[in-house]
Amino acid sequence: MNKLTILAAGLTLALAIPAHAQDLPKLTVYTYDSFVSDWGPGPSIEKAFEATCECDLDLVGAGDGAALLTRLQLEGTRTEADIALGLDTNLIARANATGLFTNYANRPERLDVPITWTDDTFLPYDWGYFAFVYDNTKISNVPNSFEALIAMPDDFKIVIQDPRSSTPGLGLLLWVKEAYGDRAPEIWAGLAPKILTVTAGWSEAYGMFTDGEADMVLSYTTSPAYHIIAEGDETKSAAKFDEGHYMQIEVAAKLASTDQPKLADQFLEFMTSNEFQSIIPTTNWMYPAVIPTNGLPKGFEKLITPSKSLIISADKAQMVRDEALAEWLTALSQ
Amino acid sequence: MAHSTQPIRPIHFILGGSAFALLLLLTLGTVIALWWHAETSVALTPSDWSIIQFTIVQALASASISILIAIPTARALSRRNFRGRQFILTIMGAPFILPSIVAILGILAVWGRSGYVSDLMANFGVGPINIYGFGGVVLAHVFFNIPLATRIFLQGWSAIPIEHFRLSAQLGINTAGITRHLERPMLHAAVPGAFLLIFLLCVSSFTVALALGGGPKATTIELAIYQALRFDFNLAKASQLAMIQFALCVILGGLTILLSKPIHFSQGLDRKVERWDAHEIQYRIFDVFILTIVCLFLFLPLYSVFIRGIIPLFTLPSTVWVAALNSITVALLSAIISVAMALTMSALIIRMAHKYQTTSQAMEIVSFLTLAASPFVIGTGLFVITFPFISPFTIALPVTALVNAAMSLPFSLRMILPAMIRAESHNGRLADSLGMQTWTRFYIAIWPRLRRPVGFSAGLAAALSMGDLGVITLFAPPDVATLPLIMYHMMSSYQLEAAAGVALLLVSLSLALFWIFDKGGRLEHNLR
Repeated sequence: MNKLTILAAGLTLALAIPAHAQDLPKLTVYTYDSFVSDWGPGPSIEKAFEATCECDLDLVGAGDGAALLTRLQLEGTRTEADIALGLDTNLIARANATGLFTNYANRPERLDVPITWTDDTFLPYDWGYFAFVYDNTKISNVPNSFEALIAMPDDFKIVIQDPRSSTPGLGLLLWVKEAYGDRAPEIWAGLAPKILTVTAGWSEAYGMFTDGEADMVLSYTTSPAYHIIAEGDETKSAAKFDEGHYMQIEVAAKLASTDQPKLADQFLEFMTSNEFQSIIPTTNWMYPAVIPTNGLPKGFEKLITPSKSLIISADKAQMVRDEALAEWLTALSQ
Repeated sequence: MAHSTQPIRPIHFILGGSAFALLLLLTLGTVIALWWHAETSVALTPSDWSIIQFTIVQALASASISILIAIPTARALSRRNFRGRQFILTIMGAPFILPSIVAILGILAVWGRSGYVSDLMANFGVGPINIYGFGGVVLAHVFFNIPLATRIFLQGWSAIPIEHFRLSAQLGINTAGITRHLERPMLHAAVPGAFLLIFLLCVSSFTVALALGGGPKATTIELAIYQALRFDFNLAKASQLAMIQFALCVILGGLTILLSKPIHFSQGLDRKVERWDAHEIQYRIFDVFILTIVCLFLFLPLYSVFIRGIIPLFTLPSTVWVAALNSITVALLSAIISVAMALTMSALIIRMAHKYQTTSQAMEIVSFLTLAASPFVIGTGLFVITFPFISPFTIALPVTALVNAAMSLPFSLRMILPAMIRAESHNGRLADSLGMQTWTRFYIAIWPRLRRPVGFSAGLAAALSMGDLGVITLFAPPDVATLPLIMYHMMSSYQLEAAAGVALLLVSLSLALFWIFDKGGRLEHNLR
């Protein structure tokens, strides 16, 4: 076969619009990039849902959670999306204000989320705790609170993400605020010398940590599960903080403008089903919103369990965020 | 400016004019689209002003240092001929095209707390160095931009006809004299443009500045734009900040044109340069010294990218190769578009310069606007413009190619315009007097002198396009990915090793494309 033919075949493959069966109804779900990637839950979820729904499920990655909401705001009611999956509690107020979303039809019988869930529009599908992750072969004297972290030796360094551009970054901001309230500026001032740098996204920070550049990185309590289960590497642990850990609850909702309302509700029901939920832990590396019948995968029992779950309610998050951000900027810009 | 007496034909207006229109649409057009879409207006806060101030100061410092280092580097490369020179020139293209996250990890592998330098210092009992802060930002930007400035100046040196150096040697003019009479005027013409390019590149830096800046003090306008778009959904503020970047570009562009003194060397026979004056030992030592330092500085981070990626490279999943094919397609398209735009715009600028000097200068400044443009604003603006008419997914790859082409246009134009001016002034009148017209005239009289810059520009455009995440994030349908996109997906799914493999593949492919085009431009022109 000559090289040109190979190239042409490759190009056709690359550029061709996949031949979906045209007669099936299409359900479009906007989500974040890591959900749809080959290593995320997307591929398995799509297969599982399409096996039962008599439909074509289209998962579209649109950056991260906040970028996803921006995208929907830009598209307005003309959007092709029927479902938005991947917002979190900090974005719910902003999402509600757009008026783009509508209530889901059926409340699931049971949700294993550490707080009581009352929202009628946004439905959780997974959740996790923010935490600092460290290498347990290098650090023995692990800080067990923000104050202990502040008291660590001068050369102990952490990498965090910027709350203005990253979800975990915002999580940390609200974590400190919820745990310390008016003392938050003082805590940030204490933390400042320990912060090696602030990155725009989670990936840069995590890459710097695994390269040995920093002693701890802001991530999730479930991050070590990835290393344990996927890599058989038990050297990564999350530090348990006495103040409790801030939660991220990831949610999905139906767009009011959907042309497939029934199918959308069917998907939201599927989302809290055993099948969907058992895919989540080892692909999205978060806790499932409903514990699967077979329990959590082996390896998750090695993770820390925070003594207290911290979260700021969706309606207050926006206001607290603005105040906390101003404090953060002041403390770290000294 | 040019000595062209060529008439402006309708074709020049149509082609050059549409290239300009496209450029304006992508830059000012997208900002206006956002402004239009926004419902509120906002005032800038004091913290916005300190962000603007930081952005300008770090960009000034980065551009100045890059240029100060690039001048002796380019001089050493221009007056020395040694084995491996071509290799150095090719590899030097790499820092410029590294995706920011790869560059951050590469720089830290050398300069970080557990990097090569800190390891070396630990042997002498000196604690790890801390580069985070203003110094880190400038270091990273200098790493990106020394190669670019060096290539621009090298082009300047090669534009000095060899006959000048021969005459100097015959007249016994020493190195200092050559500096005064030949090199300084050349640099006077080339430095302002290079400075502007680098300044604008540093203004639009975002993830690199923040990660190496050590905290929110190192916030650039670009991050504020990203925050406004993604975090606050404040389109008015995003477009306002984007306008500030354009204003910076226009002010600096104007200054550049005022400061730069175009020079015209008489025509030479393009023979090989031999610098008899630079044989003296002190110049040799200096050149070897500067080249060694610069090569270490540029190549060590690349070495770490290589080491990290070489093993995972062989186990990459097949989706990566499909993405690679997409990336190459986009890169080739964008190289063609970029060069075509630069050629048609240059032709128009030269012909306008004769009669409408101000307009032609304004057009030159406009061509820089894409550098000052925020990719987020371009992407979002284009999205707002096209969304009512067409599904973004159907135009993902063409739009990406187009935007990438526009992004590399300032470089292409910077290379092609002066070459075309020289070709016109050296060969143009002869061609006219021989009665050559249109394509014949272009092909025989002008093209041979454009081959090198066109090759270089096409290579640069292709390479830049490969490494750019660009607007694909907003437009990509679920099953179409480019290499940078797939690399970011891997990183956000803990696949750091695989991502390192993709990074190496990305850099290698970019360099290969760059090398092929650059080489193509340097092949002997067949005169029949």
